[in-house]
Amino acid sequence: MIIGSNRIPDEAHRRDTVRAGDPYAIRVRAGEVLRIVDLHGNQAADTLFYSAGNNRERYSAVDTVRAQANVYLTAGSTLMSTAGRPMLDIVADTCGRHDTLGGACSTESNTVRYALDKRCMHACRDSWMLAIANHPELGLTRRDITHNINFFMNVPVTPDGGLTFEDGISAPGKYVELSARMDVIALISNCPQLNNPCNGYDPTPIEVLVWA
Amino acid sequence: MNPPLPDGIATIDYTTVIPAGAHWSLRLRRGTVLRLCDLHGDANVGMLLYNPECLLERYNAPDTLKAQHTFRIGRDHCLYSDMGRIFASVIQDDAGWHDTVCGNARAGDVEAAFGNRDYQRDRNAWRQNGHDAFLVELAKYGMGTADLAANLNWFSRVQPDAEGALALAPRTAVPATPPSVTLRLEMDTLVILHTCPHPLAPAGVYPRGAVEIAIGRAEPLAADDPCRDHCPENRRGFDNNALYHLSAGEPPAFAICSSEYASTATATPS
Repeated sequence: MIIGSNRIPDEAHRRDTVRAGDPYAIRVRAGEVLRIVDLHGNQAADTLFYSAGNNRERYSAVDTVRAQANVYLTAGSTLMSTAGRPMLDIVADTCGRHDTLGGACSTESNTVRYALDKRCMHACRDSWMLAIANHPELGLTRRDITHNINFFMNVPVTPDGGLTFEDGISAPGKYVELSARMDVIALISNCPQLNNPCNGYDPTPIEVLVWA
Repeated sequence: MNPPLPDGIATIDYTTVIPAGAHWSLRLRRGTVLRLCDLHGDANVGMLLYNPECLLERYNAPDTLKAQHTFRIGRDHCLYSDMGRIFASVIQDDAGWHDTVCGNARAGDVEAAFGNRDYQRDRNAWRQNGHDAFLVELAKYGMGTADLAANLNWFSRVQPDAEGALALAPRTAVPATPPSVTLRLEMDTLVILHTCPHPLAPAGVYPRGAVEIAIGRAEPLAADDPCRDHCPENRRGFDNNALYHLSAGEPPAFAICSSEYASTATATPS
């Protein structure tokens, strides 16, 4: 569902550009609004959310999918936690559809999906491993790096049970906006994948904004 | 006389029956088969898989789905870990479609759909939920909520429509031949399972169908194995398993490093 937002970027209290291949973490307090912008189009922002008060509670793809009985995320979706509680609501979306089935790339899954000799190429899960190693204050371990959201990624499923990766339906400047229902940490890997035609083999920056 | 064993199963050495609303776990060696049979046509079997050598390596539904470009799980599919390896292959399947995106019901969900869980009233027929069932089994191996992942729900067909809306296919009359599904373990695997209702199961009477579990030996991997040959991704997954077993001193069952590897090894990185 396409819903735009009236929030003014200059009024955001945080405004960061995240280069492709970089991990990024930000705290978003209950009531604040997080916007992620696909600056150049067809990028994937691989995102995990944790309860800031208890990072054992985290975004749960299966609870989110089940609660809304739909596989796609868009405006109107509520992101649910592993404790079955609402974490964030998607309040605006100019892209129309985001994936939460396809997961994040890893060097190991690269060997399966692309070729065995891709094992040393960049991957989101490696970006997250670096982030949690360099930021022990996040209190996250390998066990917390799980089933994420791929903002701006188009992974259609079909009534006969197929699943494909299509060219993005995103485009330069499209964005998604989420209103936090609890204090959360967002952990983003701006995807460095060089083997996927979805991003034209050219990962590009995203922008993250937060309004109080 | 017992019917002949399906292709790929050399022996069945043990069978047992797990009632509905229960949970169980067992470490299964590479080369064993695990057959689940939905005896009364209304079972759901929740399942998670872990590497007993390193419990951090676990079943990964996203990697499983995207490697095989599938939303449903069925015959010839492989079940991937988050380390690019294959825990198990689905070598036999009467149902054709199993869910791996809906997770589990919690206590509140079961209470809303079927009534509360009450040991005092119901004893062995209490209305257990899949979430708590998994937590009990996981705790036996030092694991907890942080170790939960998107699980398999065997025998539950959850179909998307063109807009991505999901619906659990209704269970009809008791089938003349109870459907079964057989996994061949491709590496040593800790299997955690429960027989609690699917989270989208319609409200009413708590489903009581039991599940037969059979364990035996797999036939050796054939040169033209349909799971391994299902897609190039699965061949590479089997290659990753072979490397894992080679590094443990076990000779590979087939040559690792397919011709594809040889042909791409010299390619310029993109």
